[in-house]
Amino acid sequence: MPEATEKRTATIAPSSPPPAALGQADDGSSVTRRSFFSWISIGWLAFVAATGGFFTMMLRFFFPNVLFEPVQTFRAGYPDDYIVGEVDLRWKEKYGVWVVRNDDGIYALSTVCTHLGCTPNWQPSAKKFKCPCHGSGFRITGIHFEGPAPRPLERFKITLADDGQIIIDKNQKYQQEKGQWTDPEAFLKV
Amino acid sequence: MSDKKSFLEKLSTGQVWTSIFRGGGVPQSRRQRMMVVLNSVFLHLHPVRLPKHAVKLKFTWCMGGLSFFIFLILTISGILLMFYYRPTIEYAYTDMIDLTEQVPFGIMREIHRWGAHAMVITVWLHMFRVFMTGSYKPPREFNWAIGVILLVLTLLLSFTGYLLPWDQLAIWAIAVGSNMAGATPLLGAEGPGSALLAIGDINFITKVSDARFALIGGRFLGEATLLRFYVLHCIGLPFIIMIFMAVHFWRIRKDGGISTPV
Repeated sequence: MPEATEKRTATIAPSSPPPAALGQADDGSSVTRRSFFSWISIGWLAFVAATGGFFTMMLRFFFPNVLFEPVQTFRAGYPDDYIVGEVDLRWKEKYGVWVVRNDDGIYALSTVCTHLGCTPNWQPSAKKFKCPCHGSGFRITGIHFEGPAPRPLERFKITLADDGQIIIDKNQKYQQEKGQWTDPEAFLKV
Repeated sequence: MSDKKSFLEKLSTGQVWTSIFRGGGVPQSRRQRMMVVLNSVFLHLHPVRLPKHAVKLKFTWCMGGLSFFIFLILTISGILLMFYYRPTIEYAYTDMIDLTEQVPFGIMREIHRWGAHAMVITVWLHMFRVFMTGSYKPPREFNWAIGVILLVLTLLLSFTGYLLPWDQLAIWAIAVGSNMAGATPLLGAEGPGSALLAIGDINFITKVSDARFALIGGRFLGEATLLRFYVLHCIGLPFIIMIFMAVHFWRIRKDGGISTPV
C-alpha cells in the first residue's frame, strides 16, 4: 500500500520547523520546575478546599430552614369542656394529645409511647394506657408501670389564653424523670 | 471445501459483527475465547476462565450469583413500579393498592416485595457460606469488608423500601427505626453524649439537627420523610450499591478467583 506509507511519512516530517519545546523559552516569565510545584500545590489545596466545601454544603443541604409540618400549638377549648377524672380523646387523632382533668387541674399527655414511639390506647375499664406494640402500660398520670417503656409519657405546655381557652404547645415538653412536671406550665390549675 | 460461505460465517466475519465483537469470527482457540470475555463490558468483570471445581453448587450454593440475579429483578420490577407510584402522603397508599389490584400484572409489586425478602436471605446465606468455607481469609479480606458494606446497603434498601406503601406497618416500622437513630451516641438528640457537642449554651445536636432529622427530613414522620426515603430507595442507595458490587465482583477475580485455594 504505497499511499498509506506516503501519508505516514508526510506527518512525521512536516515542512514547517517544529514549535519550541516546553521549558526552552528564554524569557523570565516562563514556568520553572520550582514554581510549577508551588503552583500545583496551591492548585491541590484549592481543589481539596472546594471539595470539602461541597461536602459541607451537601451535609447542610439535608437540614432545611423551613419545615412544612403541622402547627404545634392549638386551642383546646375551655376548661369546662373537660370532665374531672376522665381522659379526653378528642385531640388524639389530630394532634396526638390526651387532655386529662383531675380534681386540681388539667394536663396534656403526649400519645407517643416512650418505648419506641407507638400510640397506646386508653382503656377506661382498666384505667390505663396500653401500648399495642410491645405492651407498655401507663397510669392515667402518664407514669409507666408495665412493659418495656423506660420512662413516663411526656406532658406538653398547657396555658390559658386571654379569652379563657386552653392553649397546648407541643414544642415544649415536660418529662417526669427530669422533675419537670412541677413546672407551672406543665399543669393548668383550675 | 467450497468457496461459498454459509450465512453464519458471513455474519461472523462481516463488519457489523466484528465491530461489535472484536476478535473476528467464532472463537476457536483459548486465546480467542479469553479475548471475547475481556473485550465485553458486561463480561469483563467476570473471570475469563472458571475452574471446574469453582462452580460446584455443593461448594458455592450459588448464593452470590443469586443475590445479584435477584438484584437485577428488583431493579427492573422497581423501575416498572415507579411508573405508577407517587411518593406523597395523598397518593402513596392508594397507588400501592392500585398497583396490586388494577394495574395489569399486579404481581409486579409482589415480585418486588418478595424479591426484596429473598435478596436479604440470599445475601445472608452467601455470607454464611463464605464464612464457613473460610473464603474471607487473606488475600480476600478486603472483599469480605466490601461484602459487609453490601450487606448493610441491602438492609438499608429494605428499610427505605419498607416505608413506601405508607400503611400502618410501614409508618410504625419507620417510627421505631428513626427513633433508634435519635438515640445514636453523640449524633442523636436523645442519645448519650449529644450534650457534649455544644459550645456554651448553644447545643448543636437538637431535634432539628440530629441523625434522626437527617433521616426523616423533619421532626415527625411526614411528607418529607416519604420523599427522602423514596429518593434514597430508588436512586441514592442503588447508585452506591452498584459501585460496591462492581468492586466486589472485580476483586473476586483479582483475589484468586471464585472459591479457589490461594
